[in-house]
Amino acid sequence: MKKIHIPKEEYMVPGNLACAGCGSPIGLRFALKALGEKTVIVIPASCMSIIVGGFPYSAVGVPILHVAFATAACSASGIRASLDMQGDRETTVVAWAGDGGTFDIGIQALSGAAERNDDFIYICSDNEAYMNTGIQRSSATPYLAWTTTTPVGNPKERPKKDIMAIMADHGIPYAATACVAYPEDFIRKLKKAKGIKGTRFIHLLSPCPAGWRIASDEVIRVARLAVETKVFSLYEIQDGEAYTINYQPKGIPVEEYLNTQGRFRHLTGEEMAIIQENVDHQWSRLLKRCEG
Amino acid sequence: MKRVISGNKAVAYGVMLSRVQVISAYPITPQTTIVEELSRFCAEGKMEAKFIKVESEHSAMASIIASSVTGSRSFTATSSHGLAFMHEMLHWAAGARLPIVLVNVNRAMGPGWNIWTDQADSLSQRDTGWIQLYCEDNQEVLDTIIQAFRIAETVNLPVMVVLDAFFLSHTSEVVEIPHQEEVDGFLPRFEPQLRLNPDDPRAYYGMISPNYYMEFRYKMQRTMEETVEVARSVDEKFGHHFGRTHGLIEPYLCEDADVVMVTSGTVTSTSRVVIEQLREDGLKVGLLKMKMFRPFPMKEIKGVLKGVEKVGVIDRNISFGHGGIFAQEIRSTFCNEDQRPMVFGFVMGLGGRDVTPEAVEEAIRYTLDNPSPKEEVIWIDLKR
Repeated sequence: MKKIHIPKEEYMVPGNLACAGCGSPIGLRFALKALGEKTVIVIPASCMSIIVGGFPYSAVGVPILHVAFATAACSASGIRASLDMQGDRETTVVAWAGDGGTFDIGIQALSGAAERNDDFIYICSDNEAYMNTGIQRSSATPYLAWTTTTPVGNPKERPKKDIMAIMADHGIPYAATACVAYPEDFIRKLKKAKGIKGTRFIHLLSPCPAGWRIASDEVIRVARLAVETKVFSLYEIQDGEAYTINYQPKGIPVEEYLNTQGRFRHLTGEEMAIIQENVDHQWSRLLKRCEG
Repeated sequence: MKRVISGNKAVAYGVMLSRVQVISAYPITPQTTIVEELSRFCAEGKMEAKFIKVESEHSAMASIIASSVTGSRSFTATSSHGLAFMHEMLHWAAGARLPIVLVNVNRAMGPGWNIWTDQADSLSQRDTGWIQLYCEDNQEVLDTIIQAFRIAETVNLPVMVVLDAFFLSHTSEVVEIPHQEEVDGFLPRFEPQLRLNPDDPRAYYGMISPNYYMEFRYKMQRTMEETVEVARSVDEKFGHHFGRTHGLIEPYLCEDADVVMVTSGTVTSTSRVVIEQLREDGLKVGLLKMKMFRPFPMKEIKGVLKGVEKVGVIDRNISFGHGGIFAQEIRSTFCNEDQRPMVFGFVMGLGGRDVTPEAVEEAIRYTLDNPSPKEEVIWIDLKR
């Protein structure tokens, strides 16, 4: 992967309320470095509502609008319309939502805004469950992962929702995946997104130490393993059609990724083999889409 | 300029003349012609506004909360289930202290589906922190929209302007449409003290602990209390500009009345005619029209009803397990007073059933003839 210059400016200041090791503030820090000070952020109910600080404080140097759970996308639409009316074309509007706020409760508003091609960047910081409320499954939770609502013995038997395919099929100008362990890739994608008009969607994988049952100093290593095992691939989609893989993973066996996390501790060898098959199938599907 | 227009067109003219900058709405009968008309105004360049054609009412309110906090005058319109779907965001708009104006065309709640007038939708939103103003005719609708922005932007609370389905929304009447320059002279540009702005980075509506939350709610209540006077003064100023006022409440023939009927919406017009006829027959009956429901103008109501022996309240709504909502509010207004009227609570006209002059007369005669109500809720024109 090409090394790029990471801006020195800091818009995340010390004192945020994230759990130790959390991937989310790392993601927001890099996002703001990429997008700069002429940015406003919409945050629906999520871990980030807490992380950026409660009244009367803020750990972020750009304006933040906290909004209701289901409204990240339509709130971004409203800000954009209002800035346009005031002649401000320069400010970038960013919605920063979790997987619950994107895959589940916020998908209607997101789909509506994407269909209208409203002009903002939507970042889904995906930690694969409702972590802020204490680890309940969302439709972004992986197949067979433990959560408090999918305890061992009552597993999640459906795969993670393919949010990228859903967003791409809206025909939006730009959609990309990213991972907190690959900041250069993430920053490049944000800068590219900033230069495009319309709805831009970034699906950012961001491990949660508490919910994934990993040590707080393991977050980046585990996030990297998600990519290297092809569990989570780095790619981008232009205009809903042109797929490009941005990073060629090593293709390490998926078992090495699953074994790092307590949420997969209960898996049998047979179940791990099924997950490997699913990952291989998903990868070959992605390759086909890249071929067009 | 005088024109014959429907209540929904009067809404659209009011919104255009108020120079609204962001509209976001989702269609629902009987509000639909409002959004159609506003779309046309935007398409024809009569309005300089962004119109976000959202996928739901929840998103409609959420998006104008965002546009309002970013500094643009913002509007939406809905009805019935649409308003109910917005419920969460109604709390948010009020708590966020945003001067949004919403028009609700009063329509019954399902099931079963019923598109006709009924106050259940708006009165169910009583405790969300919105100012609520109920209109009687199409002129009042247009004028109230313009007043609503001025009130909202003075007190930083949202205003819900309410009109009856079909009886106003789809009925045409003569309406004086003011000139743009006249409205500009009455309603200045929206200049909020704070707005979402990268040059002045602030966090809006973040987590708020028990240390602070209660004081914010206290301030909302204080502002609501002050809103009665603000709205009165806005109406008076409106009168200076346009030669018309509508009042917060409107007493009619109440001075010597033995019985005063309390009404809201179009039932008021019907009741006025009935009362005039009964006066000719020598019956001492008066009328109190309620325009303002939130804040509830208790002092003004006491001023009219104190000393009146019996009050009949006509409710086109019901709070199940208690009774008509206006009747409850009138009762609570007087509960600590030594001198208080006997309150008769009538429920009629639910789900668009016509409130006929005969039905109103029945309620009046019941109030005249009985020393006290025989039932807590008196149902009129009900098939038992």
